[in-house]
Amino acid sequence: MRFLPAGDLAVCVELGEAISVEVNTRVRALEFLILQKGLTGVVETVPAYSSLLVYYDPRAIGYEPLCGAITELVPQATTAVLPPPRIVELPCCYDDPELGFDLAAAAKRLELSSEDLIRLHAGAEYLVYFIGFTPGLPYMTGMPERINIARLDTPRTKTPPGSVGIGGIQCCIYSVESPGGFWILGRTPAPLYDPGASEPTLLRPGDRVRFRRIGRAEYDAIGAAVAARSYEPVIS
Amino acid sequence: MIRILDAGPQTTVQDLGRTGQMRYGIPPSGPVDRFAFVLANRLVGNPDTAAALECTLMGPRFELTAAGAVAVTGADMPVTVNGQAATGWRTIAVKAGDVVKLGPARTGVRSYIGFAGGIDVPLVLGSRSTYLRGRVGGLQGRALRKGDELAVLASGPVTPRRVARDAIPDYAIEPTVRAVLGPQADRFTEDGLRALFGGRYEVLPQSDRMGSRLRGARIEHTRGHDIISDGIALGSIQVPGDGQPIVLLVDRQSTGGYTKVATICSSDIWRVGQARPGQSLRFQAVPVDEAHRLLRESDTVLESAVREESA
Repeated sequence: MRFLPAGDLAVCVELGEAISVEVNTRVRALEFLILQKGLTGVVETVPAYSSLLVYYDPRAIGYEPLCGAITELVPQATTAVLPPPRIVELPCCYDDPELGFDLAAAAKRLELSSEDLIRLHAGAEYLVYFIGFTPGLPYMTGMPERINIARLDTPRTKTPPGSVGIGGIQCCIYSVESPGGFWILGRTPAPLYDPGASEPTLLRPGDRVRFRRIGRAEYDAIGAAVAARSYEPVIS
Repeated sequence: MIRILDAGPQTTVQDLGRTGQMRYGIPPSGPVDRFAFVLANRLVGNPDTAAALECTLMGPRFELTAAGAVAVTGADMPVTVNGQAATGWRTIAVKAGDVVKLGPARTGVRSYIGFAGGIDVPLVLGSRSTYLRGRVGGLQGRALRKGDELAVLASGPVTPRRVARDAIPDYAIEPTVRAVLGPQADRFTEDGLRALFGGRYEVLPQSDRMGSRLRGARIEHTRGHDIISDGIALGSIQVPGDGQPIVLLVDRQSTGGYTKVATICSSDIWRVGQARPGQSLRFQAVPVDEAHRLLRESDTVLESAVREESA
């Protein structure tokens, strides 16, 4: 473990130097303990793959005492302290080239049928390591090795929100319109980021995500419900 | 009510910003220059948490529909009330129907207009701050436009105040901003660190509330510029592959995968946000405890900056 100063208002607590479920679980457990115990002087926390950024108020606690208090929590930071994860079902329409515009090309590159690619992608359960970069964007693990694919040679400048893509061993869901180099297999009508909602972001660190394959008619129906603010995401 | 007659290039409602949302990818927002923002509120008798306007390079022209008080701080924009020159960094009493105008900034980038009572827009995730890229907060998540109307919360009578002359920053100078090394200082060569703390860096026009892009001597990496993505603190000096620094500000991305060589002290970060494109700045490394001392010092300056007007 290392404490890396990030200016005078934050410290980066690095729990490992690799991307793994084990390290990330300890990051989320440490965050949970810090928030649960209301550690003096802590203002907010940002989990990432293998580190936790802890914002603090130096008027309330010094750098060394803060690092000391965090160090004491680290041995307890295991899966055991975390509440059971939420399981979020994300409807995803793969079967429309307008939405999953790279599906056929990605299948060809992977030497799979489109049907098998969809089945492999939708059949997996994904873990949200953390949310970052843009509002509500999940960094996830859990993609089957068989659909590991080099990113696009030329990233596109615009990808519509809700686009579900693969690149490397990552699955990405764009939360807002952004550039990017992922192969887009489909699109979810469930808003990952809705600035008008009381809780604008759908996913949280530690969530499990399952994709449910839907057709274009259901995609449009859910889209209409989202627009009418009557859509309820399926979370268990 | 504030009736916007001309909005200026980028005028937004800001308060001190949101907390607790970065773990969902939503940045804090709030004023780029917190020092000037807080003083604008204190000059009109508001708590520091009240919402005010942040104006960029050029201010708005607006009409007030009720009597009250306003104050302008930050970048030096010429202020007029009904065409008559008024002074920044002090309370300006206004009557119903008065038209206030802020012209182009002579020095600095961002001005703040405080209104007695504070601007009344809905709280979103605990804050009235506008986050432009995320389209939340402020007025419908966007910059102000001509024809917008903003409500102002009720306030009591306002005691006229002014900011002591020696507390008013000079934005025209080339500032030396202090920074704490890390979190990834070990990913840079000695030459790279010497470049950062030895030379001048010029502010580029592509700068905004997310970050200030700078250009100067290349800050050389030891081995690649990518890291396992981690959280990005206010004032982080991020250095991508081209070796040119980007200082991340209040609307920054919550996490990122580029190395961050150092982090600018919170006492000095406003200096970066007030440096105009073409203006240059220098960096100086300080340890964390010195950065905390600088913060206490700037708190002290802030506490003693506002005086009541002598009769």
